[in-house]
Amino acid sequence: MSITELQYQASQAESAPVAAIEGRSQWQLTWRRLRSDKVAVASIVVIILVILFAVGAPLVAKLTGHPVDTAYTLTGENSFGNPVGPGTHGFWLGTDEIGRDLLVRIAYGARISLFVGLLTTLFATVFGVTLGLIAGYFGGIIDAILARFFDAALAFPYIVLALALASVFGPSLPIVIGVITFFSWAGISRIVRGQTLSLKEKEYIEAAKSLGAGPWRIMFLDILPNLLGPVLVLATLYIPAAVTFEATLSFLGIGIPEPAPSWGNILSEAQPFYAVAWWYVVFPALALLITTLAFNLLGDGIRDAIDPRTERLFASSKAMRKRGKRANPAQGDLGQPILVGPDIAVNQSFLSGGEV
Amino acid sequence: MSTVRFLIRRILTGIVVLWLVSSATFFLFFAAIPVQDVARNLAGRAASPAVLQETINYYGLEKPILVQYGHFLGNLVHGNFGNSFYYQEPVTTIIKQDLPATISLVIGGTLLWLIAGLAVGILSATRARSLFDRLATVGVLAGISAPTFVVGELLILIVYTQLHQHGIGFIETGYAGITSGVGPWLGTMILPWVTLAIVQAAVYTRLSRGSLLDTLGEDSIRTARSKGLSERRVLYRHAVRSAMTPVVSQLGIDVGGLLGGVVVVESVFGLHGIGQQVVTAITNGDQPTVIAFVILAAMFVVVANIVVDLAYSALDPRVRIS
Repeated sequence: MSITELQYQASQAESAPVAAIEGRSQWQLTWRRLRSDKVAVASIVVIILVILFAVGAPLVAKLTGHPVDTAYTLTGENSFGNPVGPGTHGFWLGTDEIGRDLLVRIAYGARISLFVGLLTTLFATVFGVTLGLIAGYFGGIIDAILARFFDAALAFPYIVLALALASVFGPSLPIVIGVITFFSWAGISRIVRGQTLSLKEKEYIEAAKSLGAGPWRIMFLDILPNLLGPVLVLATLYIPAAVTFEATLSFLGIGIPEPAPSWGNILSEAQPFYAVAWWYVVFPALALLITTLAFNLLGDGIRDAIDPRTERLFASSKAMRKRGKRANPAQGDLGQPILVGPDIAVNQSFLSGGEV
Repeated sequence: MSTVRFLIRRILTGIVVLWLVSSATFFLFFAAIPVQDVARNLAGRAASPAVLQETINYYGLEKPILVQYGHFLGNLVHGNFGNSFYYQEPVTTIIKQDLPATISLVIGGTLLWLIAGLAVGILSATRARSLFDRLATVGVLAGISAPTFVVGELLILIVYTQLHQHGIGFIETGYAGITSGVGPWLGTMILPWVTLAIVQAAVYTRLSRGSLLDTLGEDSIRTARSKGLSERRVLYRHAVRSAMTPVVSQLGIDVGGLLGGVVVVESVFGLHGIGQQVVTAITNGDQPTVIAFVILAAMFVVVANIVVDLAYSALDPRVRIS
């Protein structure tokens, strides 16, 4: 037997058990935990359905035969000129006050809600992460100046700014996106800044520095990957906040201008019809609630999946017991789970609390 | 000593934040809107050029923007927000008029959501994983997800409209001052309070439940129990007290942001407070009123933050302010 053959056999023997164990990255583990979380999976399904509903809005219009802006004054209104209820004359969810199909309008409204929610979250995350990293990493005078800007952005009554901007430039989609982004990045910045402050003292950053890595390389290639967990959770929770934000602005008449339908402006127009057309309020409100609830549940699910040690808010007792049975050492190979602690709870509620 | 120093430092930085916010608002309005448009808003669409010019002169709108800005800052330091463009009255008078409704809303709403949130949170934490806890958790998520105006609209649809259709007229929309009797006042305030409570209490339930569960697992609680204290005393004297710190900081954030936020609740229920006033002011092009509101709301946030930091150190002696 030659030496190479021996080596070959040895390596075979070694690799066999290794293959059986199979290494998993932290993200794979997170994904597995998320998949086993029924509530999270259900909310993903709901979110996909809402997205399909939005994307397929023209299809809904075709299916019902009612274009989004067509007012059916004959079939869509009763003899008092009020909206007709669900199921009447082929209007599955009823009509609005000028006889337009409510279902079609809600479908088109979903497009705006999701578009605004996803785009502003993307913008706010990119801004927030970049400025948070800069403030936390450089510290000193840069941090002090940026911190004042965080404070000013958080101290500014955003609805008033939105009102002011809308009155100056007229309400429009870009203004809505700008305002929501402007009031969302500061929260992410604060969290990223705090985490960066502690991470930059770690040995591996020291090592990177001694190897000659520049500040930008360290910030984005060494520190940022460690922050992806909390940022992902925050971003997921920002989406429903942004959807709510847009709906609120449109409700106040400073968001998406008519005749484009948005869940917020549909609900605003529904106001005088409480007594005669419950469906006019209830269906758009349900669409809004289901969407925001699904994103919030998904955000919670991702948080739990990233850090299994946090206490689950929505765990079924079965899942709880299963988790208890799972051997504790298994958590060891997670390395250091990033704690997504009370900071995020505070922050998320800042968003939802701020827009009262 | 350190407290005094802390206060001085925080007040100074607070003033910087207020200056930033008010300047931003000022320039947004006076630099972005053409003078002619402002004048036309004031004098009416059909005003002749001569009248427009007179209006511009009267309000000093023709002066360079920096001169106007200096004037604006000088007035601000004396607590003078200038005259309303629309009502021909000092802005402070208008704000004073509308303040009672807003104050009723803020104080009543805050009390209700705090009591509800903490009560449910404490009950959930002491009965973790019970049916009650589970139901509370579902409610919390619904409350966090629900936009304020949706809750308000649904309440009007379910409570107000139903009651009125059955001839019961206690609950009204609009605002009845407390001088018109406690009954009518309560009738107009209950739904707005409940709206605020539903939306806000959720956060407090979640926060106090989590924080209390953490605290109950601490050694100090075991020590208190081993001293033979009653469970009630352990819970309320020791655990709840030290579990309150995150609740206090959240309260500061929420109350601070509330003045900006009452706009929505006041609009849904037609409550004539400063929130609704500012919406009207913006449609009327009444810049001084809007600027005053923005500064007032920002001041609220700044003061609330300082109070929270002080309360923090009072509640938890380990926290040192600096």
